Amino acid sequence: MITRLLTGGEAVAHAMRQIDPDVVPVYPITPQTPIIQTFAKLVADGGAHTQIVNVESEHSAMSAAVGSALAGARTITATSSQGLALMAEIVYIAAAMRAPVVVALGNRALSGPINIHCDHSDSMLIRDSGAIQLFVENAQEAYDVMLLATRLAERPDVLLPVFVCQDGFTITHSAEPVRLLDDDDVHAWIGAYEIPFPLLDTAHPTTQGPFAMPDYYYELRHQQVDAMAHALDAIEELGAELEQLNGRRYGLVEEYRLDGAEHVLVCMGSTAGTAKDVVDQLRDEGEPVGLLRICSYRPFPEARVRDALASADEVIVLDRADAPGARGPLATELAAALYGSGMELRGHVYGLGGRELHPDDLREIFAGDVGRFVGLRGAACLV
Amino acid sequence: MSGLTLKTWQELPTAGVVTRHEELRPRTGAYRTGLRPEADLTACVDCLLCWLYCPDNAVLLDGTAFAGIDLEVCKGCEICAEVCPTGAIEMVAE
Repeated sequence: MITRLLTGGEAVAHAMRQIDPDVVPVYPITPQTPIIQTFAKLVADGGAHTQIVNVESEHSAMSAAVGSALAGARTITATSSQGLALMAEIVYIAAAMRAPVVVALGNRALSGPINIHCDHSDSMLIRDSGAIQLFVENAQEAYDVMLLATRLAERPDVLLPVFVCQDGFTITHSAEPVRLLDDDDVHAWIGAYEIPFPLLDTAHPTTQGPFAMPDYYYELRHQQVDAMAHALDAIEELGAELEQLNGRRYGLVEEYRLDGAEHVLVCMGSTAGTAKDVVDQLRDEGEPVGLLRICSYRPFPEARVRDALASADEVIVLDRADAPGARGPLATELAAALYGSGMELRGHVYGLGGRELHPDDLREIFAGDVGRFVGLRGAACLV
Repeated sequence: MSGLTLKTWQELPTAGVVTRHEELRPRTGAYRTGLRPEADLTACVDCLLCWLYCPDNAVLLDGTAFAGIDLEVCKGCEICAEVCPTGAIEMVAE
């Protein structure tokens, strides 16, 4: 194991070099570009045997990825924002055809107005696509979860595309010390790529992606619901297994100082890093606060969330995406999970288009001194 | 299509993948519209134009010789009768 100073994008590229996928069809887009740029150099230097396919759009990137993954080749791609929007049609196809494609996502605000900075609106666009979405807090976790995602996607009881979601710029472009596993350990942990019906197995020809009429569409969709249920267990199992290798634990959620916490903040991504510092400060000041970080957004670990929040009095949900005409997507999810419990819940939207969230903002959020739209100039329109 | 038992989601192959010899073979000829082709083998010259034009692969072959029509899949479109240069195929009432 060595420690290197890497950005989140570079850390993912190093994970990809060690995973050594057979095919990477990819199209550049800020802030994902450092991932494929770094990886392409590593491949050119002989670090991986990967066939990089320079496609002409993200729609083509995901189309090629689905074909490649189903043909029998381990496949990874990467994107952000508008790229994911263009890819979205095929993300649904990937999930339905059970193509275990891993996607490194640098979360970035969707246009418009056009913007290159972080929020989670791109992830929310594919919320119900059937793809797994795992959010990470920092570059180290981006590296770790790429490894986990590869195993997760390929589990016979899962077989779904997995998005590893890291905050654009905040993680993709920020350097920090990242501990890399030895290549041999990664190779041994990842293992060989195996899927039930590789298209290139010409001795056993198959028809894949068949048309389904009203008599079968519903049942075939339900297989994805079943795969997501298996993913809930698989994420915990693989997290525990990976911990044996690297000493760090990734799971469905992270509970931070929830013992005796009456006011619990719920968020995803890099904001959790800032929130942990603020929780520590407030605890030192005697405030009974805690943090619940949602790591797996899809599948949403409803039971785990309910258990983790069982003894809280108030839940404060931070959404880094808005939903014009409705409540924030994460707040809605929490409200559904806690329905009937009588728990106080308030949701806040923050950080859109890369707007910074400072520790003082979080102190005000905990104190309840802010409206639903944190940091918005001008009185908010409430739905 | 009557007589097919619809499967549950657990019974269906993952993603609806169809493997060889497990595909359903419905009798699509069941919705033929009243006329079926009948071939006069004494008039047939094995030119195989009917085989080439048949949109449903219903023309059966024995090597390179015409060997009849599979009425399980024939829809009665009459194209074979139309293209036959010797008039060996005639449409007759079911």
